[in-house]
Amino acid sequence: MSKLLIEDKEVVIPGQILAEGMDYLPSNGAIREGDNIISTSMGVVSLSGRLIKIIPLTKRYVPQIGDVVVGFVKDLTYSSWFIDIGYSNDAVLSMKDATSDFIERGADLTQYFSHGDYMVAKIANVTKTKAVDITMREPGLKKLYGGKIIEVNPARVPRIIGKQGSMIKIIKDSTGCMITVGQNGIIWLKGPDLKNELIATEAIMRINECSYTQGLTEQTEAFLKERTGGKQHGVHQEA
Amino acid sequence: MNKIMKDYILGLLSKGERMDGRKLDEFRKPIKIEYGISTKSSEGSAIVHIGETMVIAGVKMAIGKPYEDTPDEGSLTVNVELSPMASESFEPGPPNDYSIELARVTDRVVRESGMIDVNKLCIKEGEKIWMVNVDIYPMNDAGNLFDACALAALAAIKDAKMPKIENDKVNYHEKTSKGLPLKKTPISVTVIKIGKHLLVDPLVEEFNALDARLTIGIDEANNPCAIQKGGDAPLSASDIDKMITLAKEKVKELRKVL
Repeated sequence: MSKLLIEDKEVVIPGQILAEGMDYLPSNGAIREGDNIISTSMGVVSLSGRLIKIIPLTKRYVPQIGDVVVGFVKDLTYSSWFIDIGYSNDAVLSMKDATSDFIERGADLTQYFSHGDYMVAKIANVTKTKAVDITMREPGLKKLYGGKIIEVNPARVPRIIGKQGSMIKIIKDSTGCMITVGQNGIIWLKGPDLKNELIATEAIMRINECSYTQGLTEQTEAFLKERTGGKQHGVHQEA
Repeated sequence: MNKIMKDYILGLLSKGERMDGRKLDEFRKPIKIEYGISTKSSEGSAIVHIGETMVIAGVKMAIGKPYEDTPDEGSLTVNVELSPMASESFEPGPPNDYSIELARVTDRVVRESGMIDVNKLCIKEGEKIWMVNVDIYPMNDAGNLFDACALAALAAIKDAKMPKIENDKVNYHEKTSKGLPLKKTPISVTVIKIGKHLLVDPLVEEFNALDARLTIGIDEANNPCAIQKGGDAPLSASDIDKMITLAKEKVKELRKVL
């Protein structure tokens, strides 16, 4: 006789017994030990049929091909840039992936990207040895000018973006800020004035702290309405 | 190092704004002190909050031998430990430059102001003295650790009660009603310079973007008693004058919470 000891969307801690008996199967973040299924991480339970999965509350960023990330130039060589994307290995941005311009032999690469410059880039390749290549030659990828940087845990990024970008769209529309959320948890934000930037930052940090609660979109909407007085800014261009 | 944040902070400062909406010379709220948080394991203790920044300090006292050059003076040791709990930028392991500087600056504010009457800590000249250890643990670093540590050290020292001496040994379970012999109450205010702007109570982002900083310890007569300069940029004499004037003004606010 199998027994489920937790509910869907419940917050569990490592070592907690999630289910007894052989009718349930452990997925990510859970293991079977004897007859029991035990959680190995702190997170929110996601039940799908017989599968028990834990969506962790915090994690390190692990790059995957196709991720859009925000990073900064850590170092540069004669033919490439090293970009810090918050992973153990720095990503390599090669000359041909950086720009469509013709670069002369021996040209000064700092005219394109210099130390400390932030950019939106896409993960082009992750090799077996965890070397990461990124590219800038796609629409929407660009160097970032001005604005500020906020860092959140990468595990919270899906909640900050929301389903099909719904959450981030609410924040953009009600504060008029340009916001780019990298999958690595680095967020770039630039607004019309300090007040709106502060409201947007606060909204993002609220989602960051309450990422495991339900009905976050409604809460955020109410919060933004209260702070901005319900004023809607025009739809800004995707930053 | 973070160019985009420095440009952002400088851009706001030129409009007279800061990234959390404060004025340039405004401390975060609330500033509060809780005394006596650990009466069992320490002689004196306190928690200090400045905004989100939180620092715990404890005072331990022991009997020891005096240093040879000061046979009739008690000793004072200040130690700051930065645990990884306080900030993601702190690593476990031996003390780094930052924690050593924090400890030295806090030590200097307490010592050079003459806050503790060290002569009264002498039990028998040349043989026995009280050794005062102040241990400071930042619990959350949301900026301005310099001022928070000095305030926590002051609060814990004010809170401390001498333990009882029985048969030449210290009985830590019983405390006398006597506090440490105090003469002054120094408080430090750190003024940082970014570009040409002077500001107090820096956030972590502002602290990382500073050009120069000056930590000024000020006693209750409003006299500077300790100064430490940091950062790469030089300070002119008029800069230092302005910073000390600003610090003397702001220290009154901090003194209210004692």
